Amino acid sequence: MWKFIHKFGSPPHFYRLSVVLTPWFGWAAAILITAGTLGGLYLAPPDYQQGEGFRIIYVHVPSASMSMFVYVNMALAAAVGLIWRIKLAHAVAAAAAPIGASFTFLALATGSIWAKPMWGTWWVWDARLTSELVLLFLYFGYMALRAAIDDENRADRASALLAIIGLINIPIIKYSVEWWNTLHQPATISKMGKPAMDGDMLTWLLLNIAGFMCFFIAVLLISARAEVIRRARDQKWLKQALGVT
Amino acid sequence: MEVPGLGQAFALQVGRDMRLAFRHLGQLANPLMFFIMVTTLFPLALNPSPQLLEAIAPGVVWVAALLASLLASESLFRQDVDDGTMEQLALSPQPLALMLLAKTAAHWLMTGLPLVLISPIVAYGLFLPQEAVPVTMGALALATPILSLIGGMMAALTVGLRRGGGLLSLLILPIAMPVLIFGARATDLAMTGMESVGAIYLLAALLLLAMSLSPFAMAAAMRISLD
Repeated sequence: MWKFIHKFGSPPHFYRLSVVLTPWFGWAAAILITAGTLGGLYLAPPDYQQGEGFRIIYVHVPSASMSMFVYVNMALAAAVGLIWRIKLAHAVAAAAAPIGASFTFLALATGSIWAKPMWGTWWVWDARLTSELVLLFLYFGYMALRAAIDDENRADRASALLAIIGLINIPIIKYSVEWWNTLHQPATISKMGKPAMDGDMLTWLLLNIAGFMCFFIAVLLISARAEVIRRARDQKWLKQALGVT
Repeated sequence: MEVPGLGQAFALQVGRDMRLAFRHLGQLANPLMFFIMVTTLFPLALNPSPQLLEAIAPGVVWVAALLASLLASESLFRQDVDDGTMEQLALSPQPLALMLLAKTAAHWLMTGLPLVLISPIVAYGLFLPQEAVPVTMGALALATPILSLIGGMMAALTVGLRRGGGLLSLLILPIAMPVLIFGARATDLAMTGMESVGAIYLLAALLLLAMSLSPFAMAAAMRISLD
């Protein structure tokens, strides 16, 4: 077990693994997102209340769920890096932050486009929108702290600590704004009980969520590989792997 | 050499920081002045009608308090890191978390507590109803230490950096948002004559959480910054 973890944490091994895995996740993402989006746009029945306008859900919900998922992953990777001093975990956390921020931004943007016809306004100070916005600020803070520290080792550890502090605070922020104000429709898919959505609509949504997940993994692998290359630029194994001597 | 116990070390550290702070009263008054100035700007920028000011008073008081404590947290550890005191603290047999908690406590006594004490005057200037004033003071007394602790964590993370200021606000404000929400809610509820004890309890819970966890985060952050 420990041998496996150490092997997995070594940059050369990760480099080779990411080269192999990236196309698999990339193609899976392309197929799933194409299927989910086409299905959602053409095959799913229109909503009885919101008509055709609800179809933006096929982008909005996956990106919103990814925004939180990526933050948790980033914080866990950062914690692993901080506790067991695994450089690769820091590289993964650093690579995940811009992707997560993009998902968060996409969720806010699609939410805003959806809100205009449904609520009559681009933006409302609703609990979920606000906590999503705060999440975006948390990502920005993480990236800004990382960018502000020149020494790589220190940047890794300081930003990891910040990510963990943020992770502890996410539930507090979420519940505080929820208590403060809420207008957003309740969650569409909840683990407990029957989803509040028709099966024909739900299938395509789940496909898209899976597709977004694969997309995240593929981009994370590429981005973390770039980070590994940048950090190991003087090392021998990298020159061998790239075929430069 | 005899090593002082935990309580004694805590008291000594608080005493030292208070003495140092009293010798630079000018610096110390800055956040307080800032608090008063910001709350003065609102009647000038909007119009000074009592109805309008009364409606925005909870928000103004709480945002001003948040910004004032943000301003104050910048200087929390800087001097000690610059002159090497912090390294001695990190090397001392006392746990660094405790010493930083003591420093934050002293910092709160010198910057947070005056804010709580001056808040009735500010509230009066904004036509906040009388019955909301005690609740606001109580809520501020619970909230400002939380803000000091959050500020302490983030100040410890950024203390070695040159461009600290803007970054510090980007790090503190999202984390401090629940404090602002609960605090303003407490004032708001008290203003409309409703029971505000729920918000106060939540603030107290947040304070306990911050007091128990943040010293360790502060110490970890400080050790990273001192490297």
